[in-house]
Amino acid sequence: MYTLSNKLKITAIVCMVLGLIGIAMGFLNAPSTVEEAAAIVKEASAHHGGGHAEAEEAHVMKMDHHEGEVAHHAEDEHNAESTHHAEAGHDEHAEHVFHQLQNRPWSAVLIAGFFFFMLSLGTLVFYAVQRVAQAGWSPVLFRVMEAITSYLVPGGIILFVFFVLTISHMNHLYLWMEPGITDHDTILAGKSGYLNSPFFIIRAAIFIAGWIGYRFISRKYSLAQDEATDDSNYKKNFKISVFFLLFFFVSESMMAWDWFMSLEPHWYSTLFAWYVFATMFVSAITVIAMSTVYLKSKGLLEFVNDSHLHDLAKFMFGLSIFWTYLWFGQFMLQWYANIPEESGYFLPRIEHYNPIFFGMVAINFLFPFLILMNSDFKRKPWFIFLAGTFILIGHYMDLFQIVMPSTVGEHWSFGAPEIGSILFFLGLFLITVTSAFAKTKVWLPKRDPFIEESKHFHY
Amino acid sequence: MASHYEAPIREPLVTGDKTYHDVTVDVAAPVEGRANKQWWIVFSIALVAFLWGLGCIIYTVSTGIGVWGLNKTVGWAWDITNFVWWVGIGHAGTLISAVLLLFRQKWRMAINRSAEAMTIFSVVQAGLFPIIHMGRPWLAYWVLPIPNQFGSLWVNFNSPLLWDVFAISTYLSVSLVFWWTGLLPDFAMLRDRAVKPFQKKIYSLLSFGWSGRAKDWQRFEEVSLVLAGLATPLVLSVHTIVSFDFATSVIPGWHSTIFPPYFVAGAIFSGFAMVLTLLIIMRKVSNLENYITIVHIENMNKVILLTGGVVSVAYITEFFIGWYSGTNYEDYTYMSIGAATGPYWWAFWALIICNFIVPQTLWVKKLRTNYMWSFIVSIVINIGMWFERFDIIVIDLSKGHLPSSWTMFSPTFIDIGVFIGTIGFFFVLFLLYARTFPVIAQAEVKTILKSSGEKYKKLRDGNHE
Repeated sequence: MYTLSNKLKITAIVCMVLGLIGIAMGFLNAPSTVEEAAAIVKEASAHHGGGHAEAEEAHVMKMDHHEGEVAHHAEDEHNAESTHHAEAGHDEHAEHVFHQLQNRPWSAVLIAGFFFFMLSLGTLVFYAVQRVAQAGWSPVLFRVMEAITSYLVPGGIILFVFFVLTISHMNHLYLWMEPGITDHDTILAGKSGYLNSPFFIIRAAIFIAGWIGYRFISRKYSLAQDEATDDSNYKKNFKISVFFLLFFFVSESMMAWDWFMSLEPHWYSTLFAWYVFATMFVSAITVIAMSTVYLKSKGLLEFVNDSHLHDLAKFMFGLSIFWTYLWFGQFMLQWYANIPEESGYFLPRIEHYNPIFFGMVAINFLFPFLILMNSDFKRKPWFIFLAGTFILIGHYMDLFQIVMPSTVGEHWSFGAPEIGSILFFLGLFLITVTSAFAKTKVWLPKRDPFIEESKHFHY
Repeated sequence: MASHYEAPIREPLVTGDKTYHDVTVDVAAPVEGRANKQWWIVFSIALVAFLWGLGCIIYTVSTGIGVWGLNKTVGWAWDITNFVWWVGIGHAGTLISAVLLLFRQKWRMAINRSAEAMTIFSVVQAGLFPIIHMGRPWLAYWVLPIPNQFGSLWVNFNSPLLWDVFAISTYLSVSLVFWWTGLLPDFAMLRDRAVKPFQKKIYSLLSFGWSGRAKDWQRFEEVSLVLAGLATPLVLSVHTIVSFDFATSVIPGWHSTIFPPYFVAGAIFSGFAMVLTLLIIMRKVSNLENYITIVHIENMNKVILLTGGVVSVAYITEFFIGWYSGTNYEDYTYMSIGAATGPYWWAFWALIICNFIVPQTLWVKKLRTNYMWSFIVSIVINIGMWFERFDIIVIDLSKGHLPSSWTMFSPTFIDIGVFIGTIGFFFVLFLLYARTFPVIAQAEVKTILKSSGEKYKKLRDGNHE
């Protein structure tokens, strides 16, 4: 039986408190007026270089107008709005920068909040896949996965509240939510049938409720199977897992469009949703592997051997390559064709987020590729931990470069709000998941039809 | 592997009370026996189709591409449709032998040999099209970066058509090596059983002196695993590169980032359908009902359901993003309202019905465990996947950016003849294969006989109680 140590509990709580302070600092430091924003930008540019403030601001203006123009060109070359946009340029620009600076703490919360949520959501998907595939090796890990998915509830509620605040115009993350935007942006007006606040929040509610719902029902059957005399619970669980995967596949696509693609509402990519899924999935399996290593080190999980670890590490390895495949597919195709509507997405990422944009490819691909290739290494707990840490950092960076360039633009940095958000959600994740560990009395799903195979699994 | 224990809930993969010897005899029987009349009839039909196709190819090459139905707007139609269709079919073979090996799916062992053969033969068909659709196919060797006397004039590595050259040729070579490696122990079995000196000579040559020592087996397994590990990214990348032919362009409907994984899923979808078509017949005519069981059929149907689901979500995504993009050009793409009601409405609906609606019937267990229905669905899917490629290529090309270039496409009998010829050629090869090769990897099936054979499972279950 796992006992939640005081040390861990205190660490988690300290993380959360420090995190809250960091987030609060982020909100307090965000400008509350346009003038303040201008001052912050000026100071920041004076910081690196000095005196370049003017030039930089002019540059920013050009960039922004370029983006605006792209959108307008797409709808109509002779649109009167276009000229209007250029004339009113300066004021609008100042306000734009102001919004970006205000967005920073919100974006930080969104990234970290979703990052830890996706760890448990991806785990849930992996769990469902294992059930549907009738895997013979993984049933000894079911309880571990079930415990990790306990974070879905707090994580989901926080995300939902976040989105409620967002549609109440507490921030400027989503351009299409700005009041009156559809009056002069005909492209966004065309999308308003899908991109509108009530529909957005209803969809979010359905997705989160659906995922949490499956988690509860499946876990109920899973536990009931332990006490049962036949396999009926197992069979019900199998069925519901199939339908969950079906639901998840569709809901995940829409979730990725809603929460992330629509941050850049003029841009679109058909692959995007699957790409986000790859990020989720590989990170989640990494967390399963790391949790397994951790619990094993505590002397629990009697029947888990290095073959199980080997399998998990293979998934980390294979899915890292899969993620890279999708990343490259999306990036290369838009780079190759270089259609303005599309490349507007990658330009700021390459220009202002270069080390993150390409660094994450090294961390998410090269690193696991090289160190998890060897099958002896895949059986070593500390190797899994090392690779896992990097994979998680890399996929945080991935989310960072998905969200930040669209909401904060080039005024990004990595400071109190970002670190605070990570610490807060990390603490919450740790305390939720380890409490679930502590509540797990029996780690072995006793009467699972494949448990004997799983106990004797050796590769 | 956990072969010493198997959950009782798993269904047996080899039915009938088979022993090791029975497996050998059953697999060797078609090779050692003589072809019956039916085989000769079918073979002749395939051969005639092939020769007819060959005639069409010769006519095309000697007269000019103008004998096809292509026009200035639609420069690719049946040629590339058939190319992508054949490459797609080939993917299931590698999926079954490589990906299912990585996932330790024991049921693959009865079907991998034929699936790989199917891969090789369909990639051969696919490989014809890039050559014969050229205006000057005799200069085809210019696609290779060979030092030459034009001041060492090289190819441009930026074109996905060149990547195709590398992808397809690598794919064919690796698949061939993978297939042949797996054949060694089985050829050795045929060699050892052969009574006629000529047969003995042939199978001795083919089996490379395989003697089945422990060290050989150990390395054999390692090589299979490494090749499977290499073939998996290969199979994904090959059809990805094929999809790049379209996705790198700026043509509405073609330029879509989802194409790489979506084409791969479609390839597995159509490839598995073709494997089903072939194996449902083969299990009957070669008396392999105890090895290719309803469990295999059902599992293949499940893979079809899964990949069909992936493809369907991709259709929905295409449809949605087409609308979401707000570009009016997207109205005429193969996944748009315009396609559903335009001049190619029949092609659009053929795609939706064959790929989206009919495969959904496999959700019903009664239907997916029914040989006849599986057979019908598998053929419907192959038709549907042909239409998918046709729709992507022709519908998207026929209505491009400029309305003044809008046009229709209709094939000539040469277009159709070449396609029929490749189908004939495919069956010529496959029928010859079915009579001369061990169509089931007997060495592999023997490794699962005691864990998943019906007799042994019954024995074990009896002991448990």
